[in-house]
Amino acid sequence: MKKTTTILILLLLSFSFNLISQEDMMDMFDDGPTTNYTYATFKTTRISLGQSVENPADGNLIFDIQHHFGRINDGAYEFFGLDQATLRLGLQYGITDWLAVGIGRSSFEKTYDGSVKAKIFRQSTGAINMPVSISYFGNIGINSLKLTDTIRKNDFSARLSYTNQLLIARKFSSAISIQLTPTFIHRNLVETKADDNDVWAMGAGGRFKLTKRISLNLEYYYIISKQTAKDFNDSFTVGFDIETGGHVFQLFFTNSRGIIEQHFIPRTTGDWLKGDIHFGFNISRTFVLKKPKEFRD
Amino acid sequence: MKNLILVTSVVLLSTISLAAQQYITKNGRISFYSDGPLEKIEAHNSQVNSALNTETGAIVFKVLMKSFIFEKALMQEHFNENYVESDKYPNSTLKGKVTNVNEIDFEKEGAHEATIEGDLTIHGITKKVKEKGTFTVSKNSIHGKSTFLVKLDDYDISIPGAVNGKIAEEIEITVDIKLKPYKN
Repeated sequence: MKKTTTILILLLLSFSFNLISQEDMMDMFDDGPTTNYTYATFKTTRISLGQSVENPADGNLIFDIQHHFGRINDGAYEFFGLDQATLRLGLQYGITDWLAVGIGRSSFEKTYDGSVKAKIFRQSTGAINMPVSISYFGNIGINSLKLTDTIRKNDFSARLSYTNQLLIARKFSSAISIQLTPTFIHRNLVETKADDNDVWAMGAGGRFKLTKRISLNLEYYYIISKQTAKDFNDSFTVGFDIETGGHVFQLFFTNSRGIIEQHFIPRTTGDWLKGDIHFGFNISRTFVLKKPKEFRD
Repeated sequence: MKNLILVTSVVLLSTISLAAQQYITKNGRISFYSDGPLEKIEAHNSQVNSALNTETGAIVFKVLMKSFIFEKALMQEHFNENYVESDKYPNSTLKGKVTNVNEIDFEKEGAHEATIEGDLTIHGITKKVKEKGTFTVSKNSIHGKSTFLVKLDDYDISIPGAVNGKIAEEIEITVDIKLKPYKN
């Protein structure tokens, strides 16, 4: 009896030793607090229309195809807006993980654009605690329409417009991300004397995951400059991100026809309440130009 | 009284041997491959934690899932966000034992076949596994290698409908670790 008890105890002990030792072995890996950076605050570099805090990854070239169709309330004759479209083709490239440049051309006023987006802060927990991600986005647009106004002297500078934005975002949970986007837009030339050359706006956007692979995205830009606000409406967009394996499709409904910031923020003419709604989509294709070092030969 | 002495000596002996026979690495490599009909997936992690006790045969792995690097950044994001849910389950672990530890002479240089049994935890789900591998002993290091298959289904990693059939249901995992003696 005594012998069996001893053996039993020894067995038990040796078992617990194995367990304890494996837990202890796990502890050997600890080297103090590390910084845990937040990722996937938004799924792509755009919330729907406007910029998000996301950048193309280092060495990735993204080819963007963006469409805003005509108004749904144009009716059956215009096939509910699908007969007309504003199109933008663009390229964006990640020079590093925090700095990206882009070029594009939009059919709206035959506008070329060049842009830069830089991450300033990244949301993180752990050793470095940062509640929000902050990025800067700036672009320049060049209207390339043929000149029709013969009375006015036409300088090249009259074709230029600029956007400056701070993108301030926080991922609250894996399902909810919110972004505030203070925006300053300057147009060298505006249509009427009543329009402001300088437009201040505040954007607010969010991503709400409905399922693992579909999210609802909302975006609103409030125009602070009163004179422009009288002639134009605030841009409001309801969209969805749909992930299918390697791609993200963005489908949305918006009252804005323009695709770049200086077009859709201060120059939205559509009114949601009247049914001036444009269906639109963004699709993109990513090319890995610079492979991660694990994949280089 | 006699028993107490026995127990105490066992306790003492085991703690001593624990301290002396540990091997560790913090930059081991784990890669995985899957060759689905449409999507070929490959990822590498070179920050794998692993430790081996050559006396008891106890072996552990701790793998930070976010450290897997994919060729496409978007794929890496999908992997973390939707497949293994790295925010909820940051680490995968193996707590196991080299079952034939008594047959392996870790003093002798050369390759030794090993069988490892233990609990593999991925995506918060723990399964018993039994896999084969080799330990190649050289001066001052033990080089461990193993290749085995993991079924995504076993660990509740779901493939979305849209890419179902494009991604293989089994993933080949390659482990390559160079363990060095542990110094406190």
